[in-house]
Amino acid sequence: MFASLLRRPEAGSFLGLVVVYLFFAALGGPVFLGAPGWSSWLNMAAEVGFIALPIGLLMIAGELDISVGAILPAASLTTAIISGHYDLPLWLGIAGGLSVGLLVGFVNGVLVTRTTIPSLILTIGTMFGVMGLTLGFTILIAGSTGVFLVPDPVSKALLGSALGGMFKVGIFWWLGFVAIVAYLLHVHPWGNWVFALGGDRESARNAGIPTARLVIQMYMLSGFAAAFVGVAQVISFGSAQVAAGSSFIFNSIMCVVIGGVLLTGGAGSVLGIVLGTITFAVVNQGIFFSGLDPNFGSIIIGALLLTAVLTNDRFRALAASFVKKKGPAQ
Amino acid sequence: MSRFLRRPEAGAILSLLAVLALFTLGGADLGNLLGAASWVNFAANLGIVAIPVGLLMIAGEMDISIGAMIPAGSMAVAVISGHYGLSIWLGMAGALGIGVALGLVNGILTVRTSVPSLIITLGTLVAMQGLILTGAKVLTGTASVELQSPDWARQVFGQLIGGSHQVIILWWIGLAAVFWFLLHQSRFGNWIYAMGGDKVSARNAGIPVQGLTIGLFVLSATSASFVGMCQAILFNSAQVSGGMGYIFNAIVAVVVGGVLLTGGFGSVLGIVFGTLTFAVVAQGIYFTQIDRNWSNLINGAMLLVAVAMNEAFRKRAMAPLRRK
Amino acid sequence: MSTTPPVLELRNIDKSFGPIDVLHSISLKVQAGEVLCLLGDNGAGKSTLIKTLAGVHQPTSGQILMDGEETRFTGPRDASARGIATVHQFGGTFPLMSIGRSFFVGVEPTKGWGPFKRFDRKRANEIAVKAVQDFGITRIDDGDRLVGGLSGGERQSLAIARAVHFGARVLILDEPTAALGVKQAAHVLRIVNEAKRRGLAVVFITHQVMHAMAVGDHFAVLIRGAIAADFRKGERSREEITDLMAGGETMAGLEALSH
Repeated sequence: MFASLLRRPEAGSFLGLVVVYLFFAALGGPVFLGAPGWSSWLNMAAEVGFIALPIGLLMIAGELDISVGAILPAASLTTAIISGHYDLPLWLGIAGGLSVGLLVGFVNGVLVTRTTIPSLILTIGTMFGVMGLTLGFTILIAGSTGVFLVPDPVSKALLGSALGGMFKVGIFWWLGFVAIVAYLLHVHPWGNWVFALGGDRESARNAGIPTARLVIQMYMLSGFAAAFVGVAQVISFGSAQVAAGSSFIFNSIMCVVIGGVLLTGGAGSVLGIVLGTITFAVVNQGIFFSGLDPNFGSIIIGALLLTAVLTNDRFRALAASFVKKKGPAQ
Repeated sequence: MSRFLRRPEAGAILSLLAVLALFTLGGADLGNLLGAASWVNFAANLGIVAIPVGLLMIAGEMDISIGAMIPAGSMAVAVISGHYGLSIWLGMAGALGIGVALGLVNGILTVRTSVPSLIITLGTLVAMQGLILTGAKVLTGTASVELQSPDWARQVFGQLIGGSHQVIILWWIGLAAVFWFLLHQSRFGNWIYAMGGDKVSARNAGIPVQGLTIGLFVLSATSASFVGMCQAILFNSAQVSGGMGYIFNAIVAVVVGGVLLTGGFGSVLGIVFGTLTFAVVAQGIYFTQIDRNWSNLINGAMLLVAVAMNEAFRKRAMAPLRRK
Repeated sequence: MSTTPPVLELRNIDKSFGPIDVLHSISLKVQAGEVLCLLGDNGAGKSTLIKTLAGVHQPTSGQILMDGEETRFTGPRDASARGIATVHQFGGTFPLMSIGRSFFVGVEPTKGWGPFKRFDRKRANEIAVKAVQDFGITRIDDGDRLVGGLSGGERQSLAIARAVHFGARVLILDEPTAALGVKQAAHVLRIVNEAKRRGLAVVFITHQVMHAMAVGDHFAVLIRGAIAADFRKGERSREEITDLMAGGETMAGLEALSH
């Protein structure tokens, strides 16, 4: 039982999380263990985790999406310009922001499937393109690089409030999204297609999987997720900035990799991605409770990432041999 | 003409001409633009990093840890020779040494595991960033360290020629010549192309694939720390931030320069022209009536056009010989 | 029959991977200036046999003899250093490299001295183009062209010319005609004949009987890891060989059933 748990791909990320959590618990004490600690890392996990989920799907399928870093501010600004600058109803602004994400995702997907250009390069291109469009249009329309928005109470409650002043409502959206993606990846046949795509694209196509449509759907999902975070940010902060979002590019990839998904494609799980995200958030926020220099957190994350990557295969091999030796006695 | 189009740098040269034409239409005085220092300085700093990154891409690998190596090089020289007041020689050795060390780590991890080098260097990027920041704080108590370097060092690494052009431009030209020799004239170049084409066949042909991969990673990390070192000497101080922009900028410059990300194809001349094009778009836009905020859009569009063109050129280059 | 010992000889070679036996007591001889055709259906053990000949696999038991003396290959590099060259189905694997550069991968000619040693592109191109043209492919005249621009048959020819140039004595051709059209295949078969005329020992692996009959001097049919038949040119008809390859017994059984 224990050994079979160890052999699951998430085992490494789970152990990493336990070690990291205990480390910061020892340094941060009751404040970190209590509501302030939990809310700070959960809030961060929810934001980066929302984007990390579809990025993880893409990486399982062997693709990357860098453009999320530009979609996030593009969606924030679209919402803010529609509902703040032009004072149109907020639902229109939200719909506009989310559509930007879906549209960029669609373009990414079509370009990736129609050309032989690696998705890394392609989405760097769309990232620069969307960044430029966002900047250019924001200056053209609003005349400045920041746009204000006063959300109505219902939207504010749904997308931008915090329970007890600490736990942002985004946490629940994230958990809901986790459930949906987990269903899609692990229960629905769609998930099987994603794994097949990452394993061997040619065989997947020969097996009758609509690979092009699948890739486009995944890019639209990641575009949507980035746009959703952008829209939620503008509603909770009341303003949108053109410069937000670039940190999400590497942060989301790191969450996914710490969660045991390698770029080589074909393997990974939603649970792993969630554990990776939490680990990342705990290190990032826990450092502020620990009294250590905040920059020390980067070292830990870099080390975690490398350890996750390097031990992934070896760990499973080790677990397998453990079973062989001790198996009959248990 | 068709012979020119088959060359890897053809796309980059055409892109540069197209951008210059666009900017002339946008109201730039070409004489003013070409005489300006801003974009040449920008190109030189980026170009020194872009060439070894491009070599890695030709060999089928990727290095994004350069983003941390630029501030690392600055910090190393500033902490050793500025904060501790040791000889500038030691500071320079420290800056370049840290590059060699990280390059070794990147290279060894890449050849010893089956993990894509993009992911490995993402890990070392973040770890290195933390190390620099923490190191600077712990050793000096601040995130910005002063450096007073001796005159000769300023002459060689941090001079402004004519008050505007950074001396690093000369370094760029020199290093480009060295890399050009390495890739196009020496046998190592042939090995790099072969590695990018097919690693297993390259190994069977007797090429020391592992050693060469490690060597290329050392070159890229050291080039980045060299740029950081020159910046610290020029500006008399080192900042912990900065450098992240180089990651995507270098990749764009290399790809616009005609290098295939899938490996096996590209040229140093192409990378140099790709860097020039990128720099003209990023900095030359100030000389036009075009709002500078559109420069990102132009760079993004240019990248996508460039990759599409690379594909077309590659197909053209591989087109079967015509029967006479 | 010549009295000189065969260039390469296998005696009672067995090869197993763990509990699975792949080759059973294989005995083969390859003479200089002769083409040995290895025929066999998919899964007959052809690729394991090739890899054993090329030093990738070590036989589990049995002897390998070169020029009549027992030997063993420590690896593919060792085998190729001793003149055994393998050319795979797609020939050169560096489609984006020029003909001259790919011809000399790993053994580049240089000029100059010390750190300024330069890759001698002109000489590399000249040698490569001449080597290929000597094999009768006159269409290749520019060593700067990319390998990817050549037709499948030309790539095979380039790879064979390369092996011969670097002193191969035994040429192992792994399904060189499988992916080619009729015309291109004829092209490659001419090259095989030319290699044989130059005194190389050629091992020609194929499942196309026609191609084998066109160039072969000696034939061996491989079924389930064992030599099912071993004969010389003219001793069997095409139909007999095809039957053998499909596994003679099975075919006989089918016929018995249908009567």
